Amino acid sequence: MPDGFRGQLLSGWGRAGATRADVQTPPDADAIVDLLSEADGRGIVARGLGRSYGDAAQCAGGTVVDTVRLAGAGAVDASGEVEVAAGTSLDTLVRHSVPDGWFLPVTPGTRQVTVGGAIASDVHGKNHHVDGGFCRHVTAMTIATPTGLRRVSHAQDGELFWATAGGMGLTGVVTSARLRMLEVDTDRMLVDTDRFVDLDGVMSAMEGGDDRYRYSVAWVDCSGPVRAKASRARGRPGVGRAVLTRGDHARAEDLPSRLRSAPSPPGRPRLGVPRCVPRGILNRASIAAFNEAWYRRAPAHREAEVQPMWRFFHPLDGVADWNRLYGRAGFLQYQFAVPPSSGDVVTAVVRELSARRIPSFLAVLKRFGPSSPGPLSFPIPGWTLALDVPLGAEGLAACLDRLDEMVAESNGRVYLAKDSRLRPDVLAVMYPRLAELSSVRRRVDPGGVVRSDLSRRLGLD
Amino acid sequence: MLDAFGQPQSAVVLGGTSDLAGAVVRALAQRRLRTLVLAGRDEERLRSAASSAVAAGAERVSTVRFDAQDVSDAARAVDECFDVAGPVDLLLLAVGVLSHRQDELDSSATAEVVTATYSWPAVALTRAASRMSEQGYGRIVVLSSLVAVRVPRHNFVYGSAKAGLDAFSIGLGDALSGTGVIVQVVRLGRAPTKMTEGLPGAPLSTTPEAVADAVVAGLESRAQVVWVPPAARWVALARLVPQSLWRRIPG
Ligand SMILES: Cc1cc2nc3c(=O)[nH]c(=O)nc-3n(C[C@H](O)[C@H](O)[C@H](O)COP(=O)(O)OP(=O)(O)OC[C@H]3O[C@@H](n4cnc5c(N)ncnc54)[C@H](O)[C@@H]3O)c2cc1C
Ligand SMILES: NC(=O)c1ccc[n+]([C@@H]2O[C@H](COP(=O)([O-])OP(=O)(O)OC[C@H]3O[C@@H](n4cnc5c(N)ncnc54)[C@H](OP(=O)(O)O)[C@@H]3O)[C@@H](O)[C@H]2O)c1
Repeated sequence: MPDGFRGQLLSGWGRAGATRADVQTPPDADAIVDLLSEADGRGIVARGLGRSYGDAAQCAGGTVVDTVRLAGAGAVDASGEVEVAAGTSLDTLVRHSVPDGWFLPVTPGTRQVTVGGAIASDVHGKNHHVDGGFCRHVTAMTIATPTGLRRVSHAQDGELFWATAGGMGLTGVVTSARLRMLEVDTDRMLVDTDRFVDLDGVMSAMEGGDDRYRYSVAWVDCSGPVRAKASRARGRPGVGRAVLTRGDHARAEDLPSRLRSAPSPPGRPRLGVPRCVPRGILNRASIAAFNEAWYRRAPAHREAEVQPMWRFFHPLDGVADWNRLYGRAGFLQYQFAVPPSSGDVVTAVVRELSARRIPSFLAVLKRFGPSSPGPLSFPIPGWTLALDVPLGAEGLAACLDRLDEMVAESNGRVYLAKDSRLRPDVLAVMYPRLAELSSVRRRVDPGGVVRSDLSRRLGLD
Repeated sequence: MLDAFGQPQSAVVLGGTSDLAGAVVRALAQRRLRTLVLAGRDEERLRSAASSAVAAGAERVSTVRFDAQDVSDAARAVDECFDVAGPVDLLLLAVGVLSHRQDELDSSATAEVVTATYSWPAVALTRAASRMSEQGYGRIVVLSSLVAVRVPRHNFVYGSAKAGLDAFSIGLGDALSGTGVIVQVVRLGRAPTKMTEGLPGAPLSTTPEAVADAVVAGLESRAQVVWVPPAARWVALARLVPQSLWRRIPG
């Protein structure tokens, strides 16, 4: 690098589009307020563990506040509440709380995210249809803004609280949060599994039965049209065979005595991916083979299987740095949500991807419950589908643009924590309450210094 | 900002009136490009390039004047482009002047070709690289040529200038590693434009539209060198032909 240029290249989990910023690791909230009040038009934004897929935790030419040093959690009190520093990972938090029987009220598919990142994306788990998003379980938080440190809750400056919940770091840097944990008896789950030959089957099973389970998620194979008997009878090939898993935490009395031990923390990742992965390891053929093996392994129907909790929630955490499998080109994730009546959009998307032969790993299908009050919070009641696609697939950019339009037309939206390519004009259709976010930002950040690559790309500044 | 496909929302074109650049701009405007600065020497031609960019979907198009014979003005011209555009996602370099066989021994013609095809672009790219390093990101795309790979006998003046610019751009890209700025060199075969008007057909020829598609795909792949047409990459083998034989190849 030529002399005189400081900083570090940062990219998201998808590893495309690295930009350079001056990365600071302030020791405490006051140091963060100082950084924010000194920041200029080049911008400043928070970064947790960089698990968002796109450019949300980057600020080209500006400052990125890495929250690693804001770490640590207090004791969980009798009511289940705990004050956690925002740079603490969910992994660290559960290792600390689970031995006493306290689990995360909401967990994404990986524990390797920070509490601040979970708030900024208002993350959802397999229990959104019952328990809502992460921020519903946050009772208060402290936010460093360019105009000072603020403690907010649902009741106290609820406007700033909810603008921050899902606000992609654009209101300032969360330094600490009070979280209401979930009490669990064991570290086991009781899981029901069902296999479906196509998407219609799994979707009606979810509509009919999800309410009986705290956790529900389906994995859908988008890798090619499957000629299923049922759909052939209706005169078209079925798309998207699927495996649905639903369950809840096991109570001690649900388990044989040898499994009744107190909950124990997760193991460490056992596998890793080397730095250099040969090109094209993940291609259409290997992805299709993987999807096939996965489908064949699942039972057609099984009830009340006892599963370890960590495998149920975070199967991918067993392999460190798996994103490197996609090689230098990187990959992206497309996740959208549509209202309950727009299930046909889910089918249309899966159909489009398989027709265009765009290689995609298993897609994750879920039902969302009510939204949170956050203007930029992603979940809306209905369906959500998430899928990983390697960059470089032919026609991918244009294909996703068409999917955006379908999603926007049905009053749906894409998830910004996963986004790296949405168009600004489509964003405004998907998130009609952007003005509320702007007005809060103007109040706490009159100089407009809190911004990211994502906010610039989407015209949020 | 650039998206995950490397598609720009804002761009500066040095040589904004170039036919090839026009095709690239149209392709980009169909995707994410909205803010555009076209820089060139002729007000009239700039205006018409700007209106076809707007027709293709660009929303904010401005123009900047420069003369590629004035090397001392290159940094100023680039600064003006960046100041007008705001953060620049993509800088496309499309300036160049072809040499003619009858001028081979004319020193002022040589000066003109070499200045507009090598010197001015090299200085401009240096300035652009420094502005983009400050931004912490950006793409620079340089329209190079197959003649840069092995300079042909029939227009060695232009060919040598292109060879110099090609090597300069590769070196600049390596120097920028770690800054977030990527330099990409597009080596293309002959395309029908006002530069090549009246020239006989050539092997490995291409079209402005194919060049535009290759630039769009190249932005996505982040490849250091993009060949148009793709088969042109075999021209690299021409380096192995002995000069005694090479000079006899007609062109
Ligand atoms: C394998 C995998 C599975 C996932 N599964 C799910 C899932 O099931 N459900 C789901 O909802 N998401 C899921 N995600 C997405 C992930 O939960 C979010 O992107 C989350 O925000 C990442 O947190 P992070 O700490 O890595 O934040 P980063 O990626 O570093 O940052 C993300 C955003 O949060 C902001 N931010 C970070 N820290 C702070 C802070 N202290 N204060 C204010 N803003 C801050 C950043 O500015 C940025 O906008 C998954 C991601 C991966 C890689
Ligand atoms: N066409 C091909 O076959 C081919 C093949 C390989 C590489 N290339 C390269 O592609 C690029 C674009 O070429 P093109 O085919 O599109 O031809 P073009 O239309 O003639 O473009 C050349 C550009 O350079 C500009 N220019 C020349 N002298 C200038 C000066 N003194 N001051 C300011 N601008 C000046 C021209 O401006 P005016 O419009 O004002 O003249 C024009 O914008 C060039 O770098 C060329 O070397 C072309």
